[in-house]
Formats: sequence, C-alpha cells, structure tokens
Amino acid sequence: MMRSATQFRAAGYSINIVGLIGFLLVFSWALVAILAPWIIPYPIGEIVDFDYFGPISDKFWLGTDYLGRDILSRILMGARYTVGISLIAVMISCTLGVALGMTAAVVGGWFDTILSRFLDALNSIPSKLFGLVVVAGIGSSIPVLIMTLAIIYTPGAYRFARALSVNINTMDFVTVARARGEGTFFLIRSEILPNILGPVLADLGLRFVFIVLLLSGLSFLGLGVQPPNADWGALVRENIGGLPFGAPAVIFPSIAIASLTIGVNLLIDNLPQKIRDRST
Amino acid sequence: MANLVEIRDLKVEATSDAGRVIEIIRGVSFDIAEGEIVALIGESGSGKTTIALTLMGYARNGCRISGGSVSLDGRDMVRLSERERAAIRGTEVSYVPQSAAAAFNPAQTIMDQVVEITRIHDLMPRADAEQRAVSLFKALNLPNPQSIGSRYPHQVSGGQLQRLSAAMALIADPKLVIFDEPTTALDVTTQIEVLRAFKSVMKKGGMSGVYVSHDLAVVAQIADRIIVLKGGEIQEVGATEQILTAPQHDYTRELLSAFTPKQHARPQAPTAAARKPPLLDVLDISAGYGPIQADGLPLMRALKSVSFRLEEGRNLGVIGESGCGKSTLARVIAGILPQVKGDVIFDGRQLARSAAHRQKEELRKLQMVFQFADTALNPSKSIGDILSRPLSFYHGMGRRQQESRVCELLDMVRLPRAVRHRRASELSGGQKQRVNLARALAAEPKLILCDEITSALDTVVAAAILDLLKELQRELGLSYMFISHDLSTVQAICDEVIVMYNGEKVEEMATGLEEGPGHPYSRLLFSSVPKLDTRWLDSLELDPELVSAFARR
Repeated sequence: MMRSATQFRAAGYSINIVGLIGFLLVFSWALVAILAPWIIPYPIGEIVDFDYFGPISDKFWLGTDYLGRDILSRILMGARYTVGISLIAVMISCTLGVALGMTAAVVGGWFDTILSRFLDALNSIPSKLFGLVVVAGIGSSIPVLIMTLAIIYTPGAYRFARALSVNINTMDFVTVARARGEGTFFLIRSEILPNILGPVLADLGLRFVFIVLLLSGLSFLGLGVQPPNADWGALVRENIGGLPFGAPAVIFPSIAIASLTIGVNLLIDNLPQKIRDRST
Repeated sequence: MANLVEIRDLKVEATSDAGRVIEIIRGVSFDIAEGEIVALIGESGSGKTTIALTLMGYARNGCRISGGSVSLDGRDMVRLSERERAAIRGTEVSYVPQSAAAAFNPAQTIMDQVVEITRIHDLMPRADAEQRAVSLFKALNLPNPQSIGSRYPHQVSGGQLQRLSAAMALIADPKLVIFDEPTTALDVTTQIEVLRAFKSVMKKGGMSGVYVSHDLAVVAQIADRIIVLKGGEIQEVGATEQILTAPQHDYTRELLSAFTPKQHARPQAPTAAARKPPLLDVLDISAGYGPIQADGLPLMRALKSVSFRLEEGRNLGVIGESGCGKSTLARVIAGILPQVKGDVIFDGRQLARSAAHRQKEELRKLQMVFQFADTALNPSKSIGDILSRPLSFYHGMGRRQQESRVCELLDMVRLPRAVRHRRASELSGGQKQRVNLARALAAEPKLILCDEITSALDTVVAAAILDLLKELQRELGLSYMFISHDLSTVQAICDEVIVMYNGEKVEEMATGLEEGPGHPYSRLLFSSVPKLDTRWLDSLELDPELVSAFARR
C-alpha cells in the first residue's frame, strides 16, 4: 500500500488527510443531528414562503420546497432521521451478521447449514416488499423502521463475513488455537475478527449507503419517516418536481446524502492506524 | 570457448513502500561459457532468482536493473527495447519455473502449451513443432510420448509436469535455459528422474544453463560451476568439485556444514529393567477424509492401521513422501482430525479423539509446531500477545508474570526480547519458526509434534533450528515426534525412525545403524537422497522394479 505523504499524528494514532476529511464530514453531520432543534431557522412544518421552489436568498439560505417550507431547516432536522436511523440500523445488521457469520464458519456442520439456508431464504424476499409488509402490519415508528432495515441487511453482512471467516478458519494459527483447546468465543474474537476487520468495515460503509437509499425509498412510499418530518431521501423525492426548474430544494438534500455517504466511506477506507514503533 | 553470457557489474534496485531504495543485487559479474551449466546457490533473499531473471532482461514488479550490463550472445539485454527482448525470450533464452503446476494453464492441453513458443515466434508449422515436442518428450524420458501431449496438466504427475515445462522451454532450441529451483517441490524419488532427464537433454543439446537452487547436493549433480551468493553479492565462484571439496569462503563452508548435520548422539538404549511405560502409544490408527463408507472407514483413507510407541526423552522421526499420511498422523495425535479407528494413549491416559473433548492438562502436555511458520502465527497480533495466550490459558498467569515469562521464552529460543512488540510479518522465516517453538514451549509440554518444521527454511537456518531443538531437549527433557521428508534432518535428531508409504507404516528402525533399511521402499527412499558428490547421480543405480513399484512419477 502506498503511504500518503500527509499524515496526522495524535495520541499514538496516525491518520491521513483523506481519512481526516471523511471523519470531519461524518462528525459534522453527527453534530448537526444532535443540535438540529436549536439551530434551525424556521420550524420544519411551517410554510414560510409564498413562492414554491424558491431560490437561494438571504431569508432562505437553501431555498424553499414545493410547499414553500425552508429547506435548510428541513435538511438539518432530516439529519436526525437519516444519520440516526441508518447508523443504528447498519450497526445492528453488521454486528449481528458478522457475529453469526464468524460463528457459522468456526462451528460449521449443521449449525452453519441451517443458519445459512435460513438467512438465504430471508435474503430472497425483496427488501422493499418486506419493509412494506412489516410497516403495514405493525405500523410505522422509528424503532420498527430501524429493526426492519437491520433485518433486511443482516443476511448480506452474514454472507460476507462468513465467506471471509471460512478462509481465515483454515489457517494454521486457528488450528493451533483449536488444538490448544480454545472455545468458540475466543476463536471468533481473537483469531478471526482482527483478520477480517478491514473488509468488514468497508462492507459496513457500503451497507450504510444502501440503508440510506432504502430508507428514502420507504419514505417515498409513505412508510418511512412520517410527515411533516422527513429524512433526506424523502426530501429528494417530495421535491423531485423541482428538478426541471433547477430548484435548490432537490439539489441540496442530494448533496447532503452524497456528502454523508462519501464521508463514511472515506473514513472507513482510511481508518486511523496505531503507530507501532519498529525500532523497539 | 567463447562466452555466451557476460554479466558485468549488475545492479538491481527495488523501492520499498516507504520510498526507500534497496539494493538487491550489488555489482555482480560472471560469465557463462557455451555448453556450460552454472549454478546460482544461496539462501532465500540472496538474489539468485533475480539474477537469473535479468538474463531475460526481466526484473520483477517494483524492481529495476539500475546498472551494469547483461550481454547474451553479444547483445545487452539491459539496453534492448521491450519488443527486442520479447523476440529473444523463448527462442534464445528460456525459463523453467519452480512450480510447473502453477505455470501450466489448466484449461489447455499440454501440447498446445508446449508448442506455444513456436506459434508466438512463428518458427515452424504446427505439425513440425509437435514432432519436435514428441522427440523432446522421449528425450526427457516421459511415459507415452506420443499421447501425453493430448492430456491436460492435472492428468499428469508433478514430476512429469516439471519435465513437460522443460520441454516447453527447450522447444525452440534456445542457447541458454534458466532452471529456477525446478526440483524443490518434488519428492526425492521423483527428483532423481527429473534431474537425470534435464542433465541428459542439456548435455546432448550442448546448451548452456543457469540452475538456481538452494540445495547443494542437487546442484552438485548437474552443474559445472557453482556461484555462491549472499545478500546480492558473489561470495565464491568455483568448479563444482572445488566448491564441494575445498571451499575457500567462510559462507560456503557454513553452507556445506549445514548440509551435513551432526548425527544425533543417541542416549543409551534403556535396558529392559529401566524401561518406563511409553509416553505415547499409538494403537492401530485409521483415519481419513470424506464420507464414511459401509465398512466404517472414510472414502479417502490417509492412515491405515498405524501403530508405534515413543518413550519419554526419546525422539521419533516419521519420514515418507508427500501424500504418505505423515502429517495426518500428527493431526490425529493432536486431536485436529479425529481418527475413525484405534487409540492414542499419551502419558498413561487414553486421549479423546477430538481435541474439543480432551482435558486442558492433556492438551497442555502435547503441543504441535507446523510447517509453515507464517500461517501459524496470527498476523494481527503481536508476538508478545501470541506467546502470552498459552500462559494465561494453561497456567492462569497474571499480566506481570506473563510478561517476564514471555521474555524467558524468547531467551530460550534465542530471540531478542524486543521481538515481543513486533508482528509476525516483521520477522524472518527462521525467527517465525522460533516463535512457533516458543509458543509450544509456553505450555510446558512433554511432547512436541514437529510437522516438517524445517522444510520451508534455508539449510543454514534449518540447521540452527535443529541445534536449538536438541539444546531444549537437554534442558527441558522434552520428547519430539519429528515429521519430515528429509532424511538427513531426521537422522540429525531422532533415535528411531518410522517410514511411511501410502498411509501405512512400512518400517520401524533405529537411526545410525549399520545394517540400514530392510523394506524395499525404505531402501529406495534412502538411496534417493542426493549426496554431496558430483558423481552420485551418474553412478546411482536404482532397481527399476523397485522404482516402478513405489515411485510416483
């Protein structure tokens, strides 16, 4: 791997400039999500402009939407839903999927076969349809949304982690640990996880993007975040009519989605590395 | 005699990830006369393959030829354009790789690949090329020379494939052939046949050759001259006979002495009265892979009713060729592969078949060290963490105790203490194997199963590991079960040897005895080990019946 010339060092870790940019993007959106209620200029549901798809102006920094509501406020509040729901859902699905995947690879046999077939079956249900049925059945609330998204993306994370773990599992150092008498938990945590962490994190970044997109899809169908609140995907969808006019109402939510997903991926591909002193 | 190859002050550089420039070859000069075979010998990392590749004007990825000249038949390979070099490769200089299995395309027939060079360079019509290939197959002593070309690479054995890759290199009648460790991956009985074929073809064709190897005994059979390399510099150049009998340079002497390890000083065979119960008693073990058949045995039987015993403080060698079941035997004893039949009795107790059902104490006393030192160490953990784990697992030691014990263990295996902060990828092959040994010692075992632990190492490094094993045995009263395909390493350390063939134990005997092996297969195996004598291959006569019965060529 080529080492970038620009490295920043702090507290025993070094991070390169790209990773730092990614971190700043993600961190600032997280900050926005937390502070949104105190920094929005207008209440999100209030129609503040007589014009719809209004341009960028002194009063409305990012223009207004199809009903004349302030887009900046809606994006800032939308960060809560997009960042919050997607982040929690991706964490749950990856943790669950990776843990099960590693266990299946290490335990093998019947456990592996049954779990794999079960998750394959789950995977075969179209994700939008699954979301539709669950939300229609139980009703839409944020915990339901999070769990639905998490369950939809667990089989993928499981497959990915299992495939990686099967390769590591055949290595001699795992055999050594087995012959030593180590239990499954130690094998997973200490021998396998550290060696698949890089690809798993990269997968987490991708999966995060998928979840953001699916969430906006569900919102479009009216199953996601309920109006007058909206996540970024819903903002894009509801303002899509402004595209022919080049309305900022449709461009800025898109930029928000792009900046978050790119930020997450940049950060994950360039995670801080522990500085290991080779001279000692 | 005119010189075919003249290498003058050759320098090759590589740029590391950190942007540091490393000199791999530092000003090497030598000549190769027409019809002469020159061997490049040295340990891994000495630059022998890199030099051989420069003869084709090629430098591996990340490397570049930074100075000097490589003149082949009057043309400087360094200065030629890539197109001109491509025209020379295959026609005037050709290459036989180390792993023929990796060099053949599994999706094409052998003939298609052997005549490929004539097609690329448009040398002769296909029919002529095929005729030539068949005559080369005959010259290389391949079975069924008429039809072997229509097979696919997986349908012939490793030794045959290696000879076929030589046919591929020889098809265009090159002036110079580069052999890059072509027999290293082969069994000894196969190696003889391949060496003989190479030698006769080279002599008949009057071609020049470069033979890259780390094995002095193999080189002694085929080369006219030997060049000893270390760290990218020539240590000594001399005729084969002179290098073997009267080495001038210290490093050459070191190589030679590493080749003939000191015979194991055998402890007095215990008298009947002093005979203790055996430490390890293996009774009638059968094991294998695949689904269990009607007779209760698996489809692929790797071990067929093997029994032996090992007394405390003594060492047992297990030898045999690849696929004979010797590694499976170690895996069964360690509980990695449960046997389907038979018992393992260790230290007076019958062991459960699978390691998962054995008690911690039983597991502790029986440790295993693997062949490939690098895959046996977790790449994401520091050496200190790797060595601490058995200490906390078996002995329940606290942090501070662990740290001091790790230092003691590193001292024991002669590694600097600072190594504990490093990771496996930052150590050399020999150092990694020492760490593996230290991990086994951390458990304070009674028996260590050593599965080919020196075969991936250079001779000098391997000899040092063997010395270490002996020393540890004296200090700690260990026993070893030493698995190897290399007779001399086994003789260096073991009291008794069992010979395995095709999953069966064919012979059990003490090392260093006068009478030698009794079973025909053991005789074949023992006589196939190359000796440091230039006339050994030519004077060797193997019973053809024996060879056809046992050697898997």
